[in-house]
Amino acid sequence: MSDRMAKPSADTAWRADPSGPRPRTGGPGPEAGGPDPDTSGSGPDTSGSGPDTGGSGPDAVALYRAMRLIRRFEERCVELVKAGEIVGGIHPCTGQEAVAAGVCAALRPDDVITSTHRGHGHVLAKGADLNRMTAELMGRTTGLNKGRGGSMHAADVGLGILGANGIVGAGAPIATGAAWAAVRAGADRVAVSFFGDGAVSQGVVLESLNLASLWRLPVLFVCENNGYSSTVTVEDMVAGTIVGRAAAFGMSAETVDGMDAEAVAAAARRHVDRARAGGGPALLECRTYRFDAHHTWEHRSFVRYRTPEQVKEGRRRDPVRIQGDRIPEGERARVDDEVEAALDTAVRFARDSPEPDPADALDHLYATGLRPRAGVSTHA
Amino acid sequence: MPKLGCLTALTRALGDELERDLDVCVFGEDVRVGVANVTKGLVQRFGPERIVDTPLSEQAFTSFATGAALSGRRPVIEFQIPSLMFLVFEQIANQAHKFSLMTGGQVKVPVTYLVPGSGSRTGWAGQHSDQPYSLFAHVGLKTVVPSGPADAYGLMVSAIRDDDPVVVLTPAASSMTFESVDLASLAPLPLGVGHVARPGTDVTVVAVGQFVGQAVEVAEELADEVSVEVFDPRTVYPFDWQGLAASVQRTGRLVVIDDSNRFCGLGAEVVAVAAEEMRLVAPPRRITRPDGAVLPFALALDRAAQPHRDQLVTAIQQVCKEGR
Repeated sequence: MSDRMAKPSADTAWRADPSGPRPRTGGPGPEAGGPDPDTSGSGPDTSGSGPDTGGSGPDAVALYRAMRLIRRFEERCVELVKAGEIVGGIHPCTGQEAVAAGVCAALRPDDVITSTHRGHGHVLAKGADLNRMTAELMGRTTGLNKGRGGSMHAADVGLGILGANGIVGAGAPIATGAAWAAVRAGADRVAVSFFGDGAVSQGVVLESLNLASLWRLPVLFVCENNGYSSTVTVEDMVAGTIVGRAAAFGMSAETVDGMDAEAVAAAARRHVDRARAGGGPALLECRTYRFDAHHTWEHRSFVRYRTPEQVKEGRRRDPVRIQGDRIPEGERARVDDEVEAALDTAVRFARDSPEPDPADALDHLYATGLRPRAGVSTHA
Repeated sequence: MPKLGCLTALTRALGDELERDLDVCVFGEDVRVGVANVTKGLVQRFGPERIVDTPLSEQAFTSFATGAALSGRRPVIEFQIPSLMFLVFEQIANQAHKFSLMTGGQVKVPVTYLVPGSGSRTGWAGQHSDQPYSLFAHVGLKTVVPSGPADAYGLMVSAIRDDDPVVVLTPAASSMTFESVDLASLAPLPLGVGHVARPGTDVTVVAVGQFVGQAVEVAEELADEVSVEVFDPRTVYPFDWQGLAASVQRTGRLVVIDDSNRFCGLGAEVVAVAAEEMRLVAPPRRITRPDGAVLPFALALDRAAQPHRDQLVTAIQQVCKEGR
C-alpha cells in the first residue's frame, strides 16, 4: 500500500529508497521447514518456494543460482550475438536478475506469467529448460518454440510461461484474462504480468489495472523500473508515480528494492498469497537498473544517453553479488561451476540441434492446420 | 416456417454454443442488456459470469479474451461498431493471430470477434461505417462475412468451434433481411467453403455479404439476356479458390462486387488470382468502394461511395460483350 516513491532523478531510479524494505540477513536455516518438493519448479532449480529464510538457507542459494544463471546466460548470449550465432540481437536483462528470480520464487509451477521484450530472466526463473531456451534464441527446431519465436517470444505454456512479448505492455491484459479464466475454473492460480517502466504509459496496461481491480482478479503486476524507457529517463516519461497508477484503481501497490532478490521475493510472496486467497490484484514496482544497452544493436547505432560514470554508479549495487554475499563462499563457487557447465551444455546442445527446414516456414500458423497459399502463383 | 433474421440467427448460434460448451463465454459492451440485439436474453439463461459486460476498454478486453483462450476458454467478443476493429488491430492481428506460430504451435487462441453491424449503417458517418474484412484477410485472420440468416447461424457456430481466432463481420445492410427457415435445419457451415447461390453459364459474379442477395436479384432480372452465376465465398479468408475456379471454368467471365475499398481490397485479390490461375475469355471487372474511401454522412453521399446494383448490371453487360 505504500507509495514511497519520490520523483526519481535521472539515473538514480534504481537506487533503493533508504526507507524501503531491507533484506533480512539473519541466521541460517528455514523458519518453518524447507521448500515443499511438490511446489518446487521444474527445469533448472530456480524454485526457492517455501518460507522466506533470508541468510544462507536453501532459498538464498536457490535465488543466487537463478540469478547467476540469468546473468551468465545473458553474457553468453551477448557473445553469441556478436559471433552472429544469435541473429537479430537481444535485450539483455543484466542488472535486473533480482526481479525475475525474486518474483518467480514466490510462484507455483501452475501459476502463469507474461513477460516482455527483455524477458529471458523471467522465462528462465519460471523454470524454462536452459537447453531449449538457448536453442530457441539460436533458431533451432529443438527450441522452446521450435525456432519460431526467438528472444522476444520465448514461451513454455506447460510451465505457465505465456510468452515474452515484443509489444510494450501487451502482456498485461493477457495475464489478466488468464487470471479470470483461473478463477472461473475454480483454480487458485495466480498470474504475473512483468512489464517495464515504459509500459506504465501504455493505455492497455491502465485498462488492465482497472479490469483486474474491478473484478478482484489474482494478478500481480510487476513493474521493473530500470529507470529508462529505451533511452529516455523515467522522470521524462512518467507523470506522477508508478505506484500511483495502481492507487488510482484502488489497487494495493508497493515499491521494493529491485536489486535485492530476497526483498523482492518477500514482497512478491505477500501479494501472491493475498491474491491467491481472493484478495485481489497488486502492483509491485521493483527499482532496478539495466547494466547493458537497451538492445545489443545499441552499440552500433552510437546512441549516448548514459555516461560511463552513470553506468558505473548503477552497477555499484550488483544484485547477483548482493545475493552471493549472503551464502557461503564454497556454496557460491559450487553454484557458479554448475551454471557454467549447464551453459556450456546448453550452447553445445543448441549448436548441435538442427536448423528448421525453410519449407516449414509457416508451420503452426493455424491451430487447425490450415495451410496458407504459397507466395507465388501455383500455375506458371 | 418461421421467419429468421440475421441478428436472431446470431443469437441462436450463441445460445446453442453456450449451451453445448461450458467454455464458451461472451465479452462486450452492453451485452447483458443486448444493445446490439444479438446477446439479448443470454444473461438470463447463462448468467453474468459467462455473459460479461466489460468496461469501455476495447484493447484490454480483446487481449483479456486471448488470455482466457490460452487458459482453455472459448470467448466471443461482440463489438458494436466495425471501426473499433481498428482500435484493437494490435490485439487481434499482432497478438492473438501470431501466438500459434510464434510459440511453435504450443497454443491455440479460439476467440471469435463478432461485429453484427458491419459496413454502412446509414447515417452513422465516417467512424461507424467501415467494412474492414480485407484488412483482416490480408493479415491472414480467418474472416467470415455471412450473406443471410441461415449462413450467419452456420458460420457463427463454426467460428466459435474453430481453434483459431475468427473475425465475423455481419453486414448491417443484411440485418433486416429475413428468411423462412426450418429451424431444425440450421447447421454449422464449414469455414473456407463457398457456394453457388444461383447457377448460370455466362458470367460468374463473386458477391460478398449483402451483395449476394442483390446479385441474385440482378441475375433474375437479366435472365433473358445473360445467364449469371452468383458465387458467395461465405468466408473471405481462407477464400474458396477451388469453388471459384470451378465456377469460372463454367462461365469464363468474372465480376466481383464487394464492400472493400478498391485499392488492395478483396476484389483486387479475386481478380488477380483469376488472371493468374483461371481461364478468362474477357477482362474481369470489380465493383467496390472507391480507393481509400471514408463514408460521408449525407445519405446521397453515403450511397454514392458504396457499390451499387446498377454498377453490377453495367459490369455484367460489359463483360459479356467482350472477349470470345
